Amino acid sequence: MSDTTTGQGGPVSAGGVMLAADGRPLKQSLARAQRRQRLRAFLLVAPLLAFVLIAFVAPIADMLFRSVENEIVPETLPRTVAELRRWDERSGSLPPQEVFVAMARDLQLAETRKLHTRVGQRLNYEYTGVSSLFRKTGRRLSRMGRELKQAFVGLDPAWGEPATWVELIGAPDWREAQAAWAARRARAGADAGPEPLFRADPAIAALLPQTADFYAAFARAIQTEDGDSPTEEAPWPLVYDALYRDLSGGADLSRHTGPHADLLRAAAAAVPGFPPVSIRDEMLKVDDGWGDVAMWQTIKAYSGRFTNGYFLAALDMKKTPDGIAMVEENRRIYLMLFWRTLLLSVGITLATLVLGYPVAWLLANLPARHANLLLILVLLPFWTSLLVRTSAWKVLLQQQGVINDLLVWIGLISDDARLVMINNQTGTIIAMTHILLPFMVLPLYSVMKTIPPSYLRAAKSLGATNWTAFWRVYFPLSVPGIGAGAILVFILSIGYYITPELVGGTSGIFISNRIAYHISISLNWGLAAALGSILLFAVLILYWTYDRIVGIDNVKLG
Amino acid sequence: MQQSSDGAFVEFERVQKSYDGETLVVKDLNLAIGKGEFLTMLGPSGSGKTTCLMMLAGFETATHGEIRLGGRPINQVPPHKRGIGMVFQNYALFPHMTVAENLSFPLEVRGMPKAEREQKIARALDMVQMGDFAGRRPAQLSGGQQQRIALARALVFEPELVLMDEPLGALDKQLREHMQFEIKHLHERLGITVVYVTHDQTEALTMSDRVAVFNDGVIQQIDPPDVLYERPQNSFVAQFIGENNTLDGTVESIEGDRCRVRLDHGEVIDAVAVNVRAPGERTRISIRPERVEYNAERMPADAFRIRAEVLEFIYMGDIYRTRLDVAGNQNFIIKTRNAPDQRRLKPGEVIEIGWRVEDCRALDAA
Ligand SMILES: Nc1ncnc2c1ncn2[C@@H]1O[C@H](COP(=O)(O)OP(=O)(O)OP(=O)(O)O)[C@@H](O)[C@H]1O
Ligand SMILES: [Mg+2]
Repeated sequence: MSDTTTGQGGPVSAGGVMLAADGRPLKQSLARAQRRQRLRAFLLVAPLLAFVLIAFVAPIADMLFRSVENEIVPETLPRTVAELRRWDERSGSLPPQEVFVAMARDLQLAETRKLHTRVGQRLNYEYTGVSSLFRKTGRRLSRMGRELKQAFVGLDPAWGEPATWVELIGAPDWREAQAAWAARRARAGADAGPEPLFRADPAIAALLPQTADFYAAFARAIQTEDGDSPTEEAPWPLVYDALYRDLSGGADLSRHTGPHADLLRAAAAAVPGFPPVSIRDEMLKVDDGWGDVAMWQTIKAYSGRFTNGYFLAALDMKKTPDGIAMVEENRRIYLMLFWRTLLLSVGITLATLVLGYPVAWLLANLPARHANLLLILVLLPFWTSLLVRTSAWKVLLQQQGVINDLLVWIGLISDDARLVMINNQTGTIIAMTHILLPFMVLPLYSVMKTIPPSYLRAAKSLGATNWTAFWRVYFPLSVPGIGAGAILVFILSIGYYITPELVGGTSGIFISNRIAYHISISLNWGLAAALGSILLFAVLILYWTYDRIVGIDNVKLG
Repeated sequence: MQQSSDGAFVEFERVQKSYDGETLVVKDLNLAIGKGEFLTMLGPSGSGKTTCLMMLAGFETATHGEIRLGGRPINQVPPHKRGIGMVFQNYALFPHMTVAENLSFPLEVRGMPKAEREQKIARALDMVQMGDFAGRRPAQLSGGQQQRIALARALVFEPELVLMDEPLGALDKQLREHMQFEIKHLHERLGITVVYVTHDQTEALTMSDRVAVFNDGVIQQIDPPDVLYERPQNSFVAQFIGENNTLDGTVESIEGDRCRVRLDHGEVIDAVAVNVRAPGERTRISIRPERVEYNAERMPADAFRIRAEVLEFIYMGDIYRTRLDVAGNQNFIIKTRNAPDQRRLKPGEVIEIGWRVEDCRALDAA
């Protein structure tokens, strides 16, 4: 509008801004009027949005997270992970004593918290045998270092008393709180609540770092896991080992004034005479699996919070001390499965297109009465269970099945040369083409329905033969339907699982069957998630390519 | 039929058509269209116009009878070999092709070399004044522009016969009138034969050499526009073309081409005997509104006069339209030009109106 003072669109402020009838800037009024509408629209879709978030976005995010998540190793074996950092895995020699000690302590704690089998299983995915090693060792840990315990108790029976340890290590304010709690419990019984969580005295932690750390971990573990109190339980033998290591490491006790300072000083003086203990030897005695350098390398490789290990495994690769390498030839399966899934899905998509196009054309061009009947026939497969349909294919396709019988009877094939059409790729392709056919027919139909018959008539009146009219006019107009159907069928088949499982045998299974295996049988969810994520990325990349080449606006899904 | 059937370019001979095997949509159609003629099929909805056109184009087969094009029977010739240009009601421009590609299509399927094609396309586009739009897609054109392209596409391969099925049906009044002239001029310039379908009678009257009025699968009358309007052969045609006043009555006597009719209201009037055969027959008298005079000074001496009461006066700009009560018919309309010497009638006024006997036609009672 060039006329700024008396324009027909309403008054205009000095700044040249359009004003609404109430004198506010027009833009602002418009935004306000639209905000209410937008809010209402949002409220209308909110339930759906919540559903999509919960049922769709959240699981996908969870899957993506699981495929790289490795919390359990650094969480359960924190001391080992820290010690391993100082070990050079390429030296080819076993890790030093400290790593074994740390592993023993971590495992002892994990065993109490019932986590050692889980972390064992996690590492077992990467290195076979870790799981049983952890389980076997876990049972023997409570006896490791008992000679030291005997030596300490022999020196002074006070070392066998739980109270000695609590007073020695516990922080003064924790001990006060604990005493108050004990008094309350004597009066009120169970209503007093749980015992305050153990805290170590920072002074003693500076003096005896290993002992304080491990004893505190012990105390908290029995508090939270068993509901026991450190005031009533003597520590594990491994705690004595920790004290032994702190004292023989030359802790300076001369200025220590805390409780039991004399007891400590006496022990420090006696320690050099104690029998030498090597946790490493003890562990090797329990199982010589601990002497396997490659296993230690694996643990070190998978000690981070996040890992690309699942993705590497999903691509038939693994980590070695020298970087990433392919796994042995005979253990590669996933790349081949991905490739096969892609190829078969393309094949199935083409097959549904070839079979579905004429059906859709008939549907769109028959008189309404016949078209409805045909549509019901097309949808009929949806009315029977997927399992029933797939099993029916088994009956039809097997070597003693209906089709083979028929062919033999006609004389097309001889009785001893019956066709193998099931438990291989042929079976998968046939059964899945049948099952996914409606997903091709329906989008095609919905697009063809919108192509007026007058286009074909116009083409013919202009001199085109039936074929030219179809190819030059009808077919290009049906391409959006082809695109939609193809995307639908391809994406469905790339993730299909039940049918290949039932009729695919070994040569006709898809990557999703492997994902299902890892989810429900091997319980390697991380690998399943990585495989699923790769599948997701593959689909997204294909979708993107499709968009670049054909244009997603050209896809009509209904 | 006016044309002798041997000189005809398009001929329908005893053609019948039924879709369902129960009812005849086209009943015994005989029609001869001369070369270069502009023939319009006019009729109410469902009267079989499109069906006739589709049979001619080859998209429907006649159930019975023969259709000839240039003297050759074409019942067995498939549509793409008939070489008939066609303009569809919804234009049927291919949406995935540009304007130029749309026009190129009929030439390509005829195997025409590229240079020649381009030349013809350019000529056809210029012909409909759409030379600048070759690169556009149909969706980027207005309704009128699409219409022109459809026309150009039907003409670009130079067919001798062009069929148009309500080609202007989707356009607004002004554009429709404009396009009527353009089509008419193209027809004159190119000398092609046009069969045109419409249910707009003004369109039929302004454009055609002859109009075939269809009703119920039968041609009621086929004549040049003026004959059709001024001398309708039956009351359907009289009613369907233009506005028409009717008075029902019974024939008293017939003398030559005149007859005397006693109206149901009691009056006795003379009329041209068009569609009455014997005294005692029921008849319907038809008088065009603009042939009725109420101005005493202009009344012809031999006019038949009758009293009328003014019921309503409507001012319509160029004309006055007055509704009268005449011999019991309260929907008797008269139209007069808005001129300085014309009086505006007032409701309630009783006047005397009159008409010439030639303008008063006794038709079938229908
Ligand atoms: N494909 C068809 N199948 C069955 N009946 C049809 C078919 N096409 C038309 N008819 C019937 O034939 C009769 C004539 O139809 P037609 O289309 O020729 O009418 P028309 O004169 O072109 O009408 P309009 O002015 O509405 O276009 C109608 O009663 C219609 O219902
Ligand atoms: Mg029609």
